[in-house]
Amino acid sequence: MIASHLPVLLIIVPLLGAVLAALSRHGFVAWLVALLASAATMAVAFALLWRVQAEGLISYRIGGWAPELGIEYRIDAVSAFIVVLVSAIAFLTMIYARRSVLAEISAERVAWFYTMLLLCVAGLLGIAATGDAFNAFVFLEVSSLATYTLIALGRDRRALVAAYQYLIVGTIGATLYVIGVGLIYLSTGTLNIGLIVERLASLQGSRALTVAEAFIVVGIALKLALFPLHAWLPNAYAYAPSAATVLLASTATKVAVYLLARYLFTVFGGDIDVGAIPISAILIGLSVAAMFIPSAAAIFQNDVKRILALSSVGQIGYITLGLALANQTGLTGGLLHLFNHALMKGAAFMAIGAVVYRAGTARLDDLSGIGRTMPWTVAALTIAGLALIGVPGTSGFVSKYYLILGALEAGLGWLAILIVASSLLAVLYVGRIVEVVWFREPAAVARECREAPLELLLPMWILAGATIWFGIDAEWPVGLAASAARVLLGGAP
Amino acid sequence: MTAHFSQSATILLMVAGLYIVIARGNMVKKLIGLSMFQSSVYLLYILPGKLIGGTAPILGAGYSVYANPLPHVLILTAIVVGVATLALGLTLVVRIKEAFGTIEEDEIAGDMRSDGSKPGRGRKSA
Repeated sequence: MIASHLPVLLIIVPLLGAVLAALSRHGFVAWLVALLASAATMAVAFALLWRVQAEGLISYRIGGWAPELGIEYRIDAVSAFIVVLVSAIAFLTMIYARRSVLAEISAERVAWFYTMLLLCVAGLLGIAATGDAFNAFVFLEVSSLATYTLIALGRDRRALVAAYQYLIVGTIGATLYVIGVGLIYLSTGTLNIGLIVERLASLQGSRALTVAEAFIVVGIALKLALFPLHAWLPNAYAYAPSAATVLLASTATKVAVYLLARYLFTVFGGDIDVGAIPISAILIGLSVAAMFIPSAAAIFQNDVKRILALSSVGQIGYITLGLALANQTGLTGGLLHLFNHALMKGAAFMAIGAVVYRAGTARLDDLSGIGRTMPWTVAALTIAGLALIGVPGTSGFVSKYYLILGALEAGLGWLAILIVASSLLAVLYVGRIVEVVWFREPAAVARECREAPLELLLPMWILAGATIWFGIDAEWPVGLAASAARVLLGGAP
Repeated sequence: MTAHFSQSATILLMVAGLYIVIARGNMVKKLIGLSMFQSSVYLLYILPGKLIGGTAPILGAGYSVYANPLPHVLILTAIVVGVATLALGLTLVVRIKEAFGTIEEDEIAGDMRSDGSKPGRGRKSA
């Protein structure tokens, strides 16, 4: 009975949890609700993944209405992949959040923080689960509004400005997306993605579709911080509360990538150049720029959170590069990097959050020699940093390996060289952090610190451990990414 | 021009709104521009649903031509989203005014730079 309603439970559980957390008005109760809700959501997500692997596409009709009239949720290998990733990260974030939030957010706002965290998760999962173009916009806004609030809860006054700037950019992005959806609706008379695909076949070459695709791609590119539309991201990640940064960095941009892939491949077809716009060439150019320019900027930052945030923009470049290559190997590499990057960036932001918890600062100058007093935390940060570079034995190596194979398969040898060359920039910014935290004489701040509490170390090391595990035995994530890529490229689920 | 009057109005509103967001440094004016930009989308959806001489969708004899109700319902949702965004945006502006004493982006950018160059902000400073 319940099994047939799994797709909708994925959204209802965190949504209901958010309401309960808000009603409780009590920090600890709200945290407990958030923890239980996210654990239940994760169980639902894994059950869905298991069913998709066994049976293929799951179609769920909200309220029993046919897709022509109502909203349909469609879970296929791609959605299941994203849903599992988001819900697992959300659960680990909740474990991590309790201590970190108590230290960073004033007591009367803690319950609201968990409300927003759950709303954000519900929105992100909704985008991945829904098969309705307008419904995806609504979920996009649910998660975005929650995100703006989460960022504004940061303890620095600059968090307010970061939230405001993201609100402006995010709303423009979502509005551009909904303009594109409107044009598709006018051309096809439906909002259901499955039906849109059927009806678009007879509309090839229509100018309205070209315009719609342009609006949708630019709109989503703003949300996923594709270079050069990434200006909102470094401030937002740097000033948000640590626990919020972990969730946002690991999931929010990833779900936007999912939405982009959905439109480029499923809606507009495997041939991703529509009409007069050479989208794959543009995407390759911007991805390469993202791999180099923000990573180079990261080298000169002094705030570790900012370094990691700029590195995120660079890493998103590798993911969109996988989409732009549009062959099985390249797309597998892109999706795999999406998965691996979520784990390694989650671990990295958890580690720096733990440093902020003990030392009260994320400025590199103040963190000299902090590895001597917080060895476990800094070791997790180092593992995540090695994975960002793509050192063999970490998951980052596996996904970059697939990307390089994909580039060679597409006949773009120079692109393979650029992928390797851009990794050298990561060596510089990671190397700078590693040098300061391990090899310098401990500064006053570092000498006073103790190791982070177990509640922070546990989720951090689950992610750091997974980064190493999936670097050595990558079969499970590669299998997930490969079947997701096959579905996107039009094969059997 | 007159044949596409409503479409022209939609696009004018869209472009003007976006221009205000980009060109103005005052945070409240930016939000007004953003709101205009969003309103143009409401028109974009609703206009094609209107049929001249059409009625509300009523099932019964004598009602053969009716307007499509779906765009209206969609835009009702979009309006709610727009109101929520504007409310949150204005709330942030109020908080920014309290924290920085101004809502001009140029002046705030200067303050943010000087915040960044201060030596280690301890955890008790918040």
